[in-house]
Amino acid sequence: MTTESTDITQALRASRKASVPLARLGYGTAALALLAATGVLEGYELFLASSILSYAIAAMGLNVLMGYNGQISLGHGAFFAIGAYTASICIDHFGVPFAWTPVIAGTVGMVAGWLIGKPALRLEGVYLALATFGLAIATPTVLRSDLFSEWTGGVQGIFLQINPAPDWTSLDLDQSIYLAVVGYFVLFSFLTLRLVRGLNGKAWIATRDNPIAARAMGFDITRAKTRAFVFSVLACSVGGALQAVAVQFVAPDSFPFFLSISLFTAVVVGGLCSPLIGPLLGAVFIVLVPNMTEEIWQGGSWAVYGGVIIAIMAIQPRGLAGMLGWTWNKLATHTND
Amino acid sequence: MLKLTTALALGFTLASGAMAADYDRGASDAEIKFGIIVPLSGPLSAYGTAGTCIAAYFDMVNDRGGINGRRVTVSVQDDGYNPAKTVDQARRLVEREGVLFVAGNLGTPTNSAIHRYMNQRKVPHLFLNTGASKWDDPDNFPWTMAFTPSYAAEGRIYARYIKENMPDAKIGILYQNDDFGRDYMDAFIDQLEDESLIVSSVSYDTSAATVDSQMSTLKDSGADVFFNIASPKFAAQAIRRAGEIGWKPTQFLVSVSNAKSAVLDPAGLDHSTDIISTQYLKEPTNPAYAEDADVQAWQEFKANYFPKASEGNWWDWSCYSTAYTIEHVLKEAGEELTRENLMKVASNLDGFEAPMLLPGITVNTAADDFAPIEAMSLMKFDGENWGLFGDVIAVD
Repeated sequence: MTTESTDITQALRASRKASVPLARLGYGTAALALLAATGVLEGYELFLASSILSYAIAAMGLNVLMGYNGQISLGHGAFFAIGAYTASICIDHFGVPFAWTPVIAGTVGMVAGWLIGKPALRLEGVYLALATFGLAIATPTVLRSDLFSEWTGGVQGIFLQINPAPDWTSLDLDQSIYLAVVGYFVLFSFLTLRLVRGLNGKAWIATRDNPIAARAMGFDITRAKTRAFVFSVLACSVGGALQAVAVQFVAPDSFPFFLSISLFTAVVVGGLCSPLIGPLLGAVFIVLVPNMTEEIWQGGSWAVYGGVIIAIMAIQPRGLAGMLGWTWNKLATHTND
Repeated sequence: MLKLTTALALGFTLASGAMAADYDRGASDAEIKFGIIVPLSGPLSAYGTAGTCIAAYFDMVNDRGGINGRRVTVSVQDDGYNPAKTVDQARRLVEREGVLFVAGNLGTPTNSAIHRYMNQRKVPHLFLNTGASKWDDPDNFPWTMAFTPSYAAEGRIYARYIKENMPDAKIGILYQNDDFGRDYMDAFIDQLEDESLIVSSVSYDTSAATVDSQMSTLKDSGADVFFNIASPKFAAQAIRRAGEIGWKPTQFLVSVSNAKSAVLDPAGLDHSTDIISTQYLKEPTNPAYAEDADVQAWQEFKANYFPKASEGNWWDWSCYSTAYTIEHVLKEAGEELTRENLMKVASNLDGFEAPMLLPGITVNTAADDFAPIEAMSLMKFDGENWGLFGDVIAVD
């Protein structure tokens, strides 16, 4: 495990040096393509794309925690819910324009993440996984509770009255929401890349691979872990806020503990340690594949879904991004021949 | 216009057909397409048959030759009882699959999530399987209509019965602390008028383990009438506990929890004797209906098209009425298969007799009344079966 990942890191570093301008060009093109989609896609497709990108943002954060820092969380759906509810309350009670709500949701999420992360991060591996899972289980009940129902709307949830961008932009509601989501997606892509390729990323990987050696080298392990956790929570709450905006409704039943498992699935199926492509493919997977499997075998769709997950893990443990990379390498070697 | 010219080129007969018929997306000369969203997966997937039942019903309709010569295609979608997913599925049905309307959806939070969307899009959102009272709001939501009687209507029936038959009652209430419980409570108190009749009301959360302490409080309050507004598991606990601590009030039990197999059996049939509840459907398992034409037709439908049906699940036979009513609306809409016309037909049902409804209960709607069923009958448990008593009670 340790040598393998070091190999990967080295290989990545080598390939990165060679292809930095090429990669920048690729990112630029991808961002433009996402923007151009505003004009090409319509209604339902834009809604799906917004959903996928908001899950992708959440998965990006969780990938930093699980992939780079090696900590398992089964409870990030709770932070997704915190983000969604913060955004909804901002819109419903204070009339905040929807495009700004992820900023507030992210701030609230980060505070919550820090408060929960500090004590929780004393735990490791399965213990942390179970502790975070507890959060996910508690979330729907807390949201239903009478204590906060004045804010959360209790069981009824909250309808979001979202106004499209001003008339002169000639954007409809779905387009406005989608553009905001793309904006945050690009921002988080940039942040994630900066973090994992900078000193933080090195600290995370070192902490994951060998905490004792990392400490000996002068890395502050606790701080590294806390930072990874807080960043993952930030991304999840922003993703949640954007998802709530796209759906225009939140209710406790929208955040079952299964959501946390879905986010976990997105990260692992997408491919751990693939900072952008993995979470994006993972998000596509959790949004689109259940709909597709339902068409294959209605009523048994989750059996098909489960089968697909097993198949992916059996074929390529590094997930969809791993498969993509493998195919890419094969093609590249063939063309070189 | 294009349709007319093409049809003229094809011949006069076709042209006259094209001129007479009027379609919105989802309807054509050959097909009518509609969607249903129910939980087919997840913890509440048992309710999924409420949707597959309607699809099975239209298989039968298609085998009989369809509706006015058109085949009916039913697209059943799974939301896993997750409101966010319901929005996804509703948008898929309306925008991608292009259904004419959506009908027979189950669940209050899930339908709430798409309430505004369906009305903004002006797509009929009909005959929902949920008891919340908010669906009857034609002024603000002219495209949404439920089918089942509301919890509020039922709460009023109990209040009226108590006022007429036990004017000196001392009422103790156990209610679930959410919208379901409050819908019943508010209507009950409103109809009762005299709030001093209620000597004690205690609530529980769905996360509670038992309602034992609540039952002791109610007993100690000296109440001689017990109104049990609990979901099945807690309703059973409450009935059993009342029996165990020797509290013998006249018990009223909400219809949500009056299934014999799920509630009365675990509560103990001796503790359950003489409980009063309401019903608007004919229960196929009740021996009283063995010879009933509706029940026999349902049995035949079940045998040929819907073998998965379970007689213990009320939604497996209530959906038969829903499906029949959808068929009726489509038939009446005739050649004008537009969304607007469907709402017009659906909101003009006058004394329509849907199968499986108790004798004397009919479907009635009007432009300002979007609550199709507003009558129920009281019934009492005799230790073996439920027996109806008194007249059908209408509540407006």
